[in-house]
Formats: sequence, structure tokens, C-alpha cells
Amino acid sequence: MTVAKEYLEYPMRRYGMDQDFYEWSILFKRKKVKWPNDARVALWITIDLEFFGLDQPAKPFKAPGGMVTSYPDLRHFTTRDYGNRVGIQRIWRVLDKYKIKSSVAMNSKVAERYPYLVKKINERGDEIIAMGVDQGKLHYGGMDDAVEAAQVAESVSVLRKLSGQPVTGWMSPAKSESWKTLKHAKANGIEYVCDWVADDMPFELTAPDGAGKLWAMPHSSEISDRKIIIDNKHNEDEFVEQIKDQFTGLYKETAKHGGRILSLSLTPYIMGLHYRIKYLDIALGWLMKQKNVWPASGAEILKAFKAG
Amino acid sequence: MKPDLELYDYWPYENRPKITWPGGARVAFWVAPNIEFYEINPPINPKRSPWPRPHPDVNLYSNRDYGNRVGHWRMMEVMDKYGVRGSISLSVALIEHHPEIIKECVDRNWEFFSHGIYNTRYSYDMDEAQERAIMEDSIETVMKATGQRISGYLAPALTHTERTMDLLAEYQFLYTCDLFQDDQPQPVKVKKGRLISMPYSLEINDIIVYNSYLATPRRYGQMIKDQFDQLYEEGKESGTVMCIPLHAYAVGHPHRMAAFEEALDYITSKEGVWVTTAREIAEYYYENCYDTCAADIAARKGG
Repeated sequence: MTVAKEYLEYPMRRYGMDQDFYEWSILFKRKKVKWPNDARVALWITIDLEFFGLDQPAKPFKAPGGMVTSYPDLRHFTTRDYGNRVGIQRIWRVLDKYKIKSSVAMNSKVAERYPYLVKKINERGDEIIAMGVDQGKLHYGGMDDAVEAAQVAESVSVLRKLSGQPVTGWMSPAKSESWKTLKHAKANGIEYVCDWVADDMPFELTAPDGAGKLWAMPHSSEISDRKIIIDNKHNEDEFVEQIKDQFTGLYKETAKHGGRILSLSLTPYIMGLHYRIKYLDIALGWLMKQKNVWPASGAEILKAFKAG
Repeated sequence: MKPDLELYDYWPYENRPKITWPGGARVAFWVAPNIEFYEINPPINPKRSPWPRPHPDVNLYSNRDYGNRVGHWRMMEVMDKYGVRGSISLSVALIEHHPEIIKECVDRNWEFFSHGIYNTRYSYDMDEAQERAIMEDSIETVMKATGQRISGYLAPALTHTERTMDLLAEYQFLYTCDLFQDDQPQPVKVKKGRLISMPYSLEINDIIVYNSYLATPRRYGQMIKDQFDQLYEEGKESGTVMCIPLHAYAVGHPHRMAAFEEALDYITSKEGVWVTTAREIAEYYYENCYDTCAADIAARKGG
């Protein structure tokens, strides 16, 4: 077997990127960003509230955290549900202690199943980010365009209706997109998405088919409980240490390069466990003792970013 | 398939001709930033899929791109601070995509070598003409952009054919980074000409450490220092080579920079360390070591 002739052809070998979703740009060559009240580091905490159905399809792949055993996988179903009942309360108590608002990335199915969570989020003044319908309804290359249009519309409209919030942020389940996800997000009034991790700061995205512009917000796939504790199997002290090191590294740059964003992604069924929650308290306690930290929602950070 | 491509002879790590690096150094130390471009929608190689998810795998694609937009610049700043010039393992198409990065590296007199055209195009199942085309493209494109005739090769995504080494020698490459059998360079057995294996590393390579060993940043810093200590000790007997292969999309995150910086500080503060590039190591080796090593290997017949 040999590789086809096309394998040595490079139609997108050109200046800049090999796609038209965003432009090539070097972080350190951009103008400085100023945060409100002379803050140096915006602290953006995002919490995932997910619904994993027992009948979650494994195609084209399984979202991280999805069902593992044969049906009915009650073990993983209930483990994930623990986060939506118990874990989230523990996380909120820690956030309350430090008066930190967060952005909650939520499947619309969670809002429908657990109205309590929506009510509570609104009382706290937290932002809701639309995270698709549920963790079994993925967005992926090759999917039917009409199906995707319906999934995006359902997620955004249900969350808006149940919360009364404008819902301007989007995160695809498993941070997976099709070629057209941005178009559908834009058509539903979404202003920023969280699936692209190419940068430490927001950058502009172009939706396909002339649908217009959106922003990529730097939702972290690195400084996340899932990545550090579950994927990398680091212990809780090491989780705290990496958050501190992230802050220190970012803070060092701010004098020369302007405001930065520390993005911390949390998952209630991971970080909200009894033996783990105190380490979130330790990390946030340390962060909030640092100078010039501004805890804010994604929408607030983006607004300040655009204002310059 | 063959059980062994017979690319080098067995050569025990004992009683070899003594290598003394320039200035009496015990360790030749080089850093290899992989400056890579991963395509969002590359054609499919029959042996390996470029992305785990259906295209576009936007999350992983953007994770890789982080290296060029963000991580590279942090990594370069730290290397500048400790006077370390990079030997760049380059996705050659990056010359077209991101000439700004190339210019910064040329200005610093860093070395470029080829890591294929894109890190999403694999050599598996290429015929000879196709593999030649990759090498010729690499030589010409880098020459045109930087004035450097590339001396080294690390196959794209470490994908090879049975003829890769022979072709490298034919195109007068000095070294390959694809062989991991030793902590010293060694002549590679090629049909015509000469080629040496240059110790690179799949052990303290940031991708292996972070993505396979799942190490913490501080553990990574410690591993680099421990490896150095061992090679520094053994280098008294005969000079060793230590390489830190990097990928800015891994090492270049804020929470990972401090540990890397501490390790560079540690190594560059020692006496008897030749902080250099792969090409300079290879040139020195051909000039001073190749013949005696080749003779020793031949005389020992594996013993």
C-alpha cells in the first residue's frame, strides 16, 4: 500500500492559519489589556453541570465522564449525578466564602431536570453558559446540519427561558465542534464560545458561511480538575500547587503585557468530593489573598476585554 | 517486515574511546524546541489518524496552536535568559504559516532541522519518491528562508520507512534524531556516505513526561536535573550528550515555565557543560570522534 498523491499536496500551505475560523496572532505582540480597578489577573471560574444519560450514545466518541459499563451503568450515572446534588453545594459554599461569582456551563437537560439549580444560580448572580442539550448529544464533523441547528437552538432557548438570563456564552459538550457549530451559535445570539484553547486571552472567531464574528474565551483545558486530578492523576496538593504556579506565571507577565486571565475549570463530581473540597478552599483562599485579582464571569471579562 | 533494520552495531557502554567535548566539557547539552504545525483537516494516512475526533478536532487543534501563539514566546524568553540556542525540530510548512517565529529564531542564530512538512503527515507507506520529496522540500524551503543547509532530521511524528536513514545519508544530512539506543552519538550503518545518531530523548521530552508519564511540572524539572546529574557524572569517563526536546504547546503554559527555568538554570550554571546545538555536536563528532568510534565498533564486534 502506498499513500495517495494528494498526501504530498498542501493546498492550505500559506501565510497564517490553515483554516478561516481565526487569524494568526502572537499573544505577546498585542496591545495591553486593562481590567477594571487596576486588576492584573481576572479569575474566571467555570463549573460544568452535566447530564450523562444511561443511554448515552458512544458515537462518534464518548464525552469524557460518560458511561463506561454495559447498560444500565448505574455506577457512573449516579456518580455524575452526585455532582449535581452534593458536589455543587460544596463548591458554592467555598465560592461564597470568598465572594466569588462563577460561570456555570450547563446542559439544557440539567436545567429541565433540576430547576432548583437554575434558581440557585440566579440567586447567586452567576452566569449560565449554554453547554448543549446533554453530554450524549455531541457536535462533531460530519453530523447532519439540521440536527445540529436544532440542538444548538434547543440548548440556548431552553436555558434562556428557564433562567431569564441572556446566555451569551457557549461551550460544546466535550468541547467538540462540527465545521458549522459556530454558525449555529452565532445564529442563536451567542457572543463567545469556550471550545478553542489556542490562547490565554480572548480572540476573534469567524463563523462559517458569512454568519459573522464571535469570540473564543480561554476556557482552560489545563488548569482543570478533570485534567489535573482525573487525567493526570495528580493529588490535591499538586492541584493547588499548579493553580498557584499558573497565577504566578501569569502575574509576572502583566507588568509588561497587561491584564491576563486565570481560567479555572471545575467539575462538581470531581472537585466537590468530601476529601477534595478543602483543597479548592486552600487554592481560592491563596488566590484571593494575592494582589489585583478580579473574580468575574466570562461575559464580564469579555466586556472589559472589548472595552480595552 | 524485518526483525531489525540493522541500522547500527551493538556497542557496549563501557571502555569506549574517550570523547572530550570542546573546552574539556563532559556533557554536550542541547535543547530541541519542536516548532510544529498541525493541520485541521489533513488527508488520512492508512496507518495513522491525525486526530482522535472527527475533523475538525477543534479542541486539540487549538491546543497545538497554543504553542505558536503563546507558548513559544515564553520558552524563547527563558532560553535567551540562560544563553541557550535552540536546535529547532521544524514542521517545514511553518515557514510559510508563521514567518515571524522563523525570523526570531534566525535572529538568535538558532539551528533549524527538519521534522517533516507538517506533523500531521506521516511517512508510513510513502514510496521512495515521496520520501525524497519531503527531504528535498525540507532542504530547499529552509535554505531559502534561513540560509541554512539543514543537517538533521527527526521524522514527522517519528514515522519512518526502511529507507529513511539511507536517504538521509544520500542527501548529506549529518545526523538523525530518530534513534534512541544510546546517550552518545554513534555511526549509523547506511548504504552510502555517513550518518550519526544524535541523542535526542523520549524520556525528558516534555510531551512524553506530561502526556504519557502524566508528571507534574515540578517533577519534570526534577527529572531533567536528575538526568543531567547522571550524564554529568558519566561524562567524566567519556563525554555524553543531553538533549531536552520541547513542544511549546506543552512546556509553554504559565504553570509549567518555572520548573523548566529552574532546570535550565541548574544545568547552565555547572562547569564542564558545552551548551550548544545539534549541528555543532555533529560537526565536532565527525571531526574528532567518528573515525575512532567507528574503528572501535568494528574491532569489538559487539563485545
